Amino acid sequence: MPLVLTEDEVMLVDAARGFLTKSAPVSALRALRDSGDTLRYTPSVWGEMAENGFIAPHVPEAEGGLGMGYAAAGLIAEQMGHTLAPTPFLSAAIAAELVVQVGSAEQKADLLPKIIAGNLIVGFAFEEGLRHNPAGTAVTFKDGKVSGTKKIVLDGVGAKLLIVVAATDAGPGLFLVDPSAAGVTVRPLDLIDSRNAADVDFADTPATPLGEVGAAKAAIARTLDVARALLAAELLGIADEAFDRTVAYLKERVQFGRPIGSFQALQHRAARLYARLDLTRGAVLKALRALDEGDKAATMLCSLSKGAMSKLAYDVMVEATHMHGGIGVTDELDIGLFYKRVRVASELFGDAHFHTDRIATQAFGI
Amino acid sequence: MSDLDDFRAETRAWLEANCPQSRRGAFRGFSTFNYWGGRKAVFQDEDQQLWFERMRDKGWTVPEWPVEYGGAGLDKARANILQQEMRRIQAQSPLQSLGIWMLGPALLHFGTPEQKAEHLPKIARGEIRWAQGYSEPGAGSDLASLSTKGELKDGQWVVNGSKIWTTNGDKCDMIFTLVRTEPDAPKHQGISFILIDMDQPGVTTKPIKLINGDDPFVQTFFDNATAPADQVVGPRGKGWDVTKYLLGHEREMIGSSMTNSVTETVSSVAKAKLGADGLKADPGLRIAIAQHEMESWILGIAVERLKDMGKAKQFSQFSPSVLKLMGTELNYRRGELLMSIGGFEAINDLMSEPVHSYLHAPANCIAGGSNEVQLNILSKRALGLPEL
Repeated sequence: MPLVLTEDEVMLVDAARGFLTKSAPVSALRALRDSGDTLRYTPSVWGEMAENGFIAPHVPEAEGGLGMGYAAAGLIAEQMGHTLAPTPFLSAAIAAELVVQVGSAEQKADLLPKIIAGNLIVGFAFEEGLRHNPAGTAVTFKDGKVSGTKKIVLDGVGAKLLIVVAATDAGPGLFLVDPSAAGVTVRPLDLIDSRNAADVDFADTPATPLGEVGAAKAAIARTLDVARALLAAELLGIADEAFDRTVAYLKERVQFGRPIGSFQALQHRAARLYARLDLTRGAVLKALRALDEGDKAATMLCSLSKGAMSKLAYDVMVEATHMHGGIGVTDELDIGLFYKRVRVASELFGDAHFHTDRIATQAFGI
Repeated sequence: MSDLDDFRAETRAWLEANCPQSRRGAFRGFSTFNYWGGRKAVFQDEDQQLWFERMRDKGWTVPEWPVEYGGAGLDKARANILQQEMRRIQAQSPLQSLGIWMLGPALLHFGTPEQKAEHLPKIARGEIRWAQGYSEPGAGSDLASLSTKGELKDGQWVVNGSKIWTTNGDKCDMIFTLVRTEPDAPKHQGISFILIDMDQPGVTTKPIKLINGDDPFVQTFFDNATAPADQVVGPRGKGWDVTKYLLGHEREMIGSSMTNSVTETVSSVAKAKLGADGLKADPGLRIAIAQHEMESWILGIAVERLKDMGKAKQFSQFSPSVLKLMGTELNYRRGELLMSIGGFEAINDLMSEPVHSYLHAPANCIAGGSNEVQLNILSKRALGLPEL
């Protein structure tokens, strides 16, 4: 597929933008944050997203999904970046991907329709360390029970199902756990982006294998790729939005009797960001297309996209905050909300350092 | 099999049979290894001549140009296949030429039927080697302030002034030149794009030696040089429009050549030179190389996206500036990394490959409109930031 949007994709982008601007603008995130709500997303907005076909749109038609591909999911994520819409979108995409990859026919038939309809929030219990680390797990599965601690389970507060990665004799396995089961302790986090996440302890908690025990290695790797590509797309949306807001401010803010955007010191810094955004959006789309096409380079392209966007979005936010001057560091201005979300989205599933090292080893053999 | 598959099979077989072994292999820079054509051209060896003549006779020096102008009239899909098949066996380009890359596109877009018929076939067949006359000692980044003067006297242009950074000007036959012909018009509107024969007493050149020891550029002097009245491309006084079109071509070419011309990645050079253990002992260099590879990969994807956009008739007006800016800066870092990898060896040989690209990289950031000029274009036109 070429690296331009199809007509259908352009329509999808317009629909997503229209919906999110109206139903999930940045002001809604701010209001939700200030309300102290523990769920940290608005169920009615999530329901409307389901009606619009925005939840896990990549699930193949054969599995009862919309079959719109990863590119469609990425384009929605990108638009969610523009409005900082706080929803369990990423968790739903991850859960659906895992179920599609390894779930039994019964599990697929049971879980996928509920996920796509927005009726079942599923948390992916994966991380265990201080930073993203896909190598190995200390959580165990024995005699039908999991034990150990998982960190930063996205949408873990209020989730009705958890998919837990645990070690088995046959390698890493995926297990379905009911969060209300015995031995589960959900400890809500207070992430800087005001979104829902929790650390979760398991002590001899009953667990059901998703698919066959221990056959999950490839599915986990694939799902991490998908999560990275979607986060990269969201980061692109955030960076574009923060950049556009900054350029508008450069034209409007007057100092020394002229708009500050007339100063070359600021113009060239802005132009440089424009150039980097223009280049990197191709890599974001390429990773999504590669996933759709089953390209064997997809794994590295997802790393490229996530690593590059994590760095670029941060660089955009530094300039965006700086160019807004004093107001840029106040809570009143939305720029700070973008800054915080960039940090969280960068940290999830590997930041620029992680992916640079991964690409060095796996793509270039150094 | 589709028509395109047939074309690919025929092309592959023809190239296998007709491209001499010595004309295959990694890109060796824009050196005399490649044939540049022109009245003064001498073939370096028999294979160079054979390869050039075979490709010329098929119209494949300019595969997409119309047959009547010496091309093969290939559509985009077939031209891409030819390019892919040449790359597959690392076939060298049979003819390097500013006529093909720069003047040809301008003539195809702005030229009169007579100008096309007169100049395009000679470009395609490598009979005339063209130089580019834009910059002047007093007009670099501010190109439109140029002062080389042209007056129409007795049915011909009489040109006086000087051009600088004329690439291989001493080896060229003709020069497409920006000349101020309407001295009273505003600076962008008084310039004409004139084609001047360099083989006349009124045109002389002087070489300029560079820090890497090369002297690919000359200064060109016009002292009552003449050109027929009909050798103006585009309307008189509208040469700036032709130039903007051409500079777009040149910037895109400089930017994308940073990905196309590179046959050896920095990481492969590092592995060969330092070995995996050497790199492990140098983790800072390892990460710098990986970052460079990522940026280089992203640039390659951006070039691919630009081509796809072109096919979909979506034009990105500012892509030439973006590619030029990012491509040349990437090349700067490439040169620096190759020097780091080469260590003490690399600083001991002015003629070595890493030194050559290290010392040549700054020129790319200046040529074709300095990178600050590109940043100005993006600030003002892409972002709409106000003038001071």
